[in-house]
Amino acid sequence: MVVLKAEGIKKSFGTETIISGVSLELHKGELVSLLGLSGSGKTTLFNVLAGLSVPDEGKVWLEGTEITGKPGKVSYMLQKDLLLPYRTVVDNVALPLLIAGTPKREARERAASHFAQFGLEGTENKYPAQLSGGMKQRAALLRTYLFSEKVALLDEPFSALDMLTKSAVHQWYLGIMQQIQLSTLFVTHDIDEAILLSDRIYLMTGRPGRITDEIVIDEPKPRRKDFNLSGEFLSYKREILVRLGGGPRLSET
Amino acid sequence: MRKKYPNITNKLWSVSAIAAILIVWQSVCSLGVVDAFMLPSPVRVCRAFVSEFPLLMEHSAITLAEGAVGLGLGIALGFVMASVMDRFDVLYQAFYPLVVLTQTIPTVAIAPLLVLWFGYEMLPKVILVVITTFFPITVGLLTGFRSADPDAIDLLRAMGAKKRQIFFYIKLPGAMGQFFSGLRISASYAVVGAVISEWLGGFGGLGVYMTRVKKAFSFDKMFAVILLISFISLLLMKAVDRLQKVCMPWERDLRQETN
Repeated sequence: MVVLKAEGIKKSFGTETIISGVSLELHKGELVSLLGLSGSGKTTLFNVLAGLSVPDEGKVWLEGTEITGKPGKVSYMLQKDLLLPYRTVVDNVALPLLIAGTPKREARERAASHFAQFGLEGTENKYPAQLSGGMKQRAALLRTYLFSEKVALLDEPFSALDMLTKSAVHQWYLGIMQQIQLSTLFVTHDIDEAILLSDRIYLMTGRPGRITDEIVIDEPKPRRKDFNLSGEFLSYKREILVRLGGGPRLSET
Repeated sequence: MRKKYPNITNKLWSVSAIAAILIVWQSVCSLGVVDAFMLPSPVRVCRAFVSEFPLLMEHSAITLAEGAVGLGLGIALGFVMASVMDRFDVLYQAFYPLVVLTQTIPTVAIAPLLVLWFGYEMLPKVILVVITTFFPITVGLLTGFRSADPDAIDLLRAMGAKKRQIFFYIKLPGAMGQFFSGLRISASYAVVGAVISEWLGGFGGLGVYMTRVKKAFSFDKMFAVILLISFISLLLMKAVDRLQKVCMPWERDLRQETN
């Protein structure tokens, strides 16, 4: 079942076209990466999908309903955790429920009920500044999940973490995704991260940015422990590098 | 625990500086370098303070009442102006220069006009206090509102938040720090503003008391009242600090964590 669908998205700022003719599909429970070099318009595409900006051409559907230019339907998480420093962790996580009009007590209870599952128990009444970087991203992900159980857009959510923390967060992330089955579109410029986490990868290249390739990662989840050191992993990586390298030449023709 | 030691030495230095000045002052007076009626010694100032204490308290109550009402209205006005100017950019463009202009008018120049227009009662004093106190509040809040993280605002928009919700969840709490910096300044302005407006006409208050003792050349009482005004201002600023700690618990918790 297709959860999120975008067709023929084009977006320009002034005279410069940032993305053009971008179409993609996200199925239920799937984790799809959008992998591209810096400046290929990934974030612009994300803002369109989240409804924050209106595309010049093209449409976006959520479960068959058109949501082009309508925020509040698809949840959204950035590299910065954007936890508000003056709200406790539980109040931060409950924010999307409060915005949707849930009464304060109920919102808090619902938020708190997920803390153990997300490995956040005991942090409810702390302030974000008292948490480590990895914990903050967990809280941000829980907030994203509480906003929408249908689709999440994650824009380089782990790129600010150091390598070891990132690796631990990846393990945790795969585990939690297995449980909550959140359909996710994941923007990254980290090839290893894309291969490790995704079911499918869209490659975005060129200027204006287009989706030039789609790669299916045919590896069962949960991933085996040494997957990122295996031959299959490396051959995926080689393939992606070749196709990304061919990107600029493709766009010249 | 580590922080405690430098704190004590800091205080030690400032306390010894004040003590040194008092000793020099007292010896200049005792040795008769300056005439006693021109510059009363610290001891005489203290004596005047004690003997005049009941009267000073009576006048303080009046000044404090004017200051408090004026400050309250100033906060309310600052709040309304900052919110409205943040919401509508046209109003910001139109009124911000005017708001700055009100601060270039010397208080002493406008006070007699206020007396002429509004009489000798409380009203002109309150108005003057409002004029002096709303500005730091407005500027503090406005700076706070405008420095809100655009990514945080986008995140809330993506969640479907209305403008009102963005204001109450992001802009307002994010501006609390700047609001309290403004309030600290405004609180001390409130007392000084009230005193200045009392100089120019009125039936009670520390400013009226000041003009009376000045006319009687009672310089010791003059110093006593100056001392009292400084003390009240300091007390108010301390009170604002306390209030800030209560209203911004996340900063307090952070400090505990790092100690």
